Amino acid sequence: MSLEQTKNFKQVNHSVRKVDAVQLALGKPSYVADFAPRDALIVKMLWSPHPHAKIVSVDVSAAEKMPGVKAVLWHGNVPRIAHCTAGQGFPEPSPYDTFMFDVKVRFVGDRVAAVAAETEEQAKAALAKIKVVYEKLTPVFSIDEAMADGAPIIHDEPEAHVPIPIPYEPKKNLVARVGCEAGDFEKGMQEADFTFDDTYETPYAQHCPIEPYVSLAQIDSAGRIVITTSTQVPFHCRRIVAQTLGIPVQKIRVIKPRIGGGFGSKQEILLEDVVAMFALRTGRPCFWQFTREENFRTGRTRHPIRVRIRTGIKKDGTITAIGMDCWNNTGAYGGHGLTVVSCCGSKVLPLYRCENIHFLGKVYYTNLPVGGAYRGFGATQAFFAMESTMDKMAEAIGMDPLKLRQLNHIKSGEGSPVFAALGEGKEGVPMTVGSCALGECITKGAAEIGWQNRADWRTKTGRYRRGLGMACLMQGSSIPHIDMGGASIKMNEDGSFNLLVGATDLGTGSDTVLAQIAAEELATTTDKMIVYSSDTDMTPFDVGAYASSTTYLSGEAARKAAADAKRQILHTGAEMLNLPEDQVVCKDAHVQSKDGQHKVSYGDISCYSLYSKNQYQIIGTASHVTHKSPPPFAAHFAEIEVDTWTGIVKVLKYVSTIDCGTAINPALCEGQTEGGTLNGISYALTEQYLFKNGRMTNASFTDYHIFSMRDRAPIKAILVPSYEDTGPFGAKSVSEICINGPAPVFGNAIYNATGARLNEFPFTPEKVLEAIRAVKQ
Amino acid sequence: MIKHPHTVTFTLNGELKTFITRPDEKLLDLLRREGYKGTKYGCGQGTCGACTVLMDGRAVYACLLFAMQAENRNVRTIESVGTHEKPSEFQQELIDGAAVQCGFCIPGMIMSAEALMQAEEVYPDDIVREYMDGNLCRCTGYEKIWGALRRVLDRREAAGPKTK
Ligand code: FES
Ligand code: FES
Repeated sequence: MSLEQTKNFKQVNHSVRKVDAVQLALGKPSYVADFAPRDALIVKMLWSPHPHAKIVSVDVSAAEKMPGVKAVLWHGNVPRIAHCTAGQGFPEPSPYDTFMFDVKVRFVGDRVAAVAAETEEQAKAALAKIKVVYEKLTPVFSIDEAMADGAPIIHDEPEAHVPIPIPYEPKKNLVARVGCEAGDFEKGMQEADFTFDDTYETPYAQHCPIEPYVSLAQIDSAGRIVITTSTQVPFHCRRIVAQTLGIPVQKIRVIKPRIGGGFGSKQEILLEDVVAMFALRTGRPCFWQFTREENFRTGRTRHPIRVRIRTGIKKDGTITAIGMDCWNNTGAYGGHGLTVVSCCGSKVLPLYRCENIHFLGKVYYTNLPVGGAYRGFGATQAFFAMESTMDKMAEAIGMDPLKLRQLNHIKSGEGSPVFAALGEGKEGVPMTVGSCALGECITKGAAEIGWQNRADWRTKTGRYRRGLGMACLMQGSSIPHIDMGGASIKMNEDGSFNLLVGATDLGTGSDTVLAQIAAEELATTTDKMIVYSSDTDMTPFDVGAYASSTTYLSGEAARKAAADAKRQILHTGAEMLNLPEDQVVCKDAHVQSKDGQHKVSYGDISCYSLYSKNQYQIIGTASHVTHKSPPPFAAHFAEIEVDTWTGIVKVLKYVSTIDCGTAINPALCEGQTEGGTLNGISYALTEQYLFKNGRMTNASFTDYHIFSMRDRAPIKAILVPSYEDTGPFGAKSVSEICINGPAPVFGNAIYNATGARLNEFPFTPEKVLEAIRAVKQ
Repeated sequence: MIKHPHTVTFTLNGELKTFITRPDEKLLDLLRREGYKGTKYGCGQGTCGACTVLMDGRAVYACLLFAMQAENRNVRTIESVGTHEKPSEFQQELIDGAAVQCGFCIPGMIMSAEALMQAEEVYPDDIVREYMDGNLCRCTGYEKIWGALRRVLDRREAAGPKTK
């Protein structure tokens, strides 16, 4: 297949209506909280006020006697089972360093004890009656403190371990270490005409889905626990809850209804074990929803990472060496620590051809909020360093930074030693790049922003100075040889189909995209698909929504399941038409003879197969594991205006191009790109965690500013097609890559406007002003 | 259990209703408990707009108001806007324009837009932004929501001043 043939697609590569759009626009009950029964007990948690302390004693006796209280949980009355809250492949490449409740607290917002009561007020009143005696320990608030000799040990519990053989030294606060070398980095540095050695820092951030974390557990009539939860990983959720409670997987059903956004935050099991335990103890439905403040404090965050980048370049633009050392602050618990830092290397270093590569990533515990998966997943942090450095190198050799990128970026058919060296907790998978339209992304984006007008910052004067900046990006699509997705598809009398997938739509539109893929394969229309996703009792397994995997991985599972059903439809259709199977084809929801003279509709085929003769259920099923993680590519551009008196950065225009292979649903791809880009813009300009003694002081939308309608920067999303042979109908991934651009793009644009180079963001007016003043001196 | 129940009476989506409540109950909680689930909890602090409802035609945060403040008022929720068969004009544009991603912000957006269209005759961008600024969306970057709304407003402007 090639790009040409995509013109023949009837369902994919079309912006069909999102399958759940109407119900959501009408406000019909769809999300977890909408399904909480009126008699559900309300769960509230007592959180640690201390960043690091031993719990000397907990007295819940008064709380238990409070009106309306049905149960109290604390470390004294629940099983102590070490586990990991990150929903990842099993066994996880993350430490088992968490307990339902522990005898120690490790950050402000750690669990201490929980109450389930008839009303929220009663639950809160009971929390106030829990008496806890803490013995405060010295907290660790930075990577430097965590690495220091004799640093306080955050995880001194004997159970802490990683279930796979990777470096883990909790006595040194070291969560993980991963590295790779290719060629000879030092030699590459020596061969260079110019060398660079800079350190960049990226801040904490929260995903801020508008629906906070929320879970509901109920005991059904058969005595099983039904957990309805806002999760990206229903199957991992079932496994981890079973593990944490010490009960069989069989006893648990996890249902994911519509989700109000996740962006990585809900790839984590933070509430489900507690609501399940309360449901078991009380026999009552138990409902727990985080407040916005809890979402900030206890919810997962983007890992802050320090990146030291060393590069060498020749005058002709040849990059002779790239070295990256990353220090990842994972906060109080280690989930995703290793994999995020691995992606700093694996999703960034292959972008530019270079023979001499050094990469080292280290992950440390601190007594700060816990890092987790967040759209971009390490690439966001490392691209800030990489793409800032690209501009610095271009300036040193007197080359247009756009040209330097064109000269060096990876192309179709090329590989990188990094692909094979860096995986997720094990070695990666060797790979050459299949589809790549990055060259076109660069030229289209440059034309759209007016790159040819870019002038040196030294020519700019006056209070308001405009600047242009750009960055190139890549990501992946699924985790090869690890992630698995399943789908099944069942035919009904009227020619409609039940498409059952484990894949998890969290607002991304994946139910729609998978329906389009199945409909294309089956030669029917997307509106004939009844999609049901992510119910551990009903649908096949899928690892869930992460690692930019759903379209590429689960989409191929859906396509294969549809192909399986199609074989059966052809078989029965041929039987009905009295024709040999090789003489019939599927077209427009019919099986027909090749000349189109004889045909029978899918509805009639289904009725025949269910009621008439040789009856059987037409049902296709398939699983898929990927062997590659084909990168989507992107080139981002922005024009900004810096007020040199105040340091305020205004975004005049942002261009976000993307090569996601075939856009299965172009409008949804644009939506993903626009949304992820604005999230990245907001992160680059305003979002950060402010701390006082380890306590976040800005845990609300008033003080932690995310972009609103008024702040909205004009974003132009441009989809640049390519055809990825290994993906369903040529598709790669779309969701994550776009968030990586704004920080380096603005860093480069601020430099182009003012000559000020900022090595950390958010680019707040104070920071920008200080950097501009430093230039003037 | 409660000896002297408090009640609140108001017009809800066109029907006069009386509910038992407590003085400290928020309007959002009352609405949701009574089955009006389209009004969402996103922050409880008046900062996200997911709970937006109309009170006497003005967009308000149901999470900030006490239920008893609705006494004698006219309250409208998303349940009063559109049906499966006939979505409102803005809903239809949102649906057709791929502007509904997770959808959690959407009912609140629609209620703010209702307030805008009830109160104003012309819709310059800066006025529209003011009305919509209280509704946060983390999924869409606002591009497609803005585009959908603009299409509705442009049509209304072109159709001339309201007749009623
Ligand atoms: S829930 Fe009311 S404004 Fe956020
Ligand atoms: S569509 Fe998800 S918050 Fe707006």
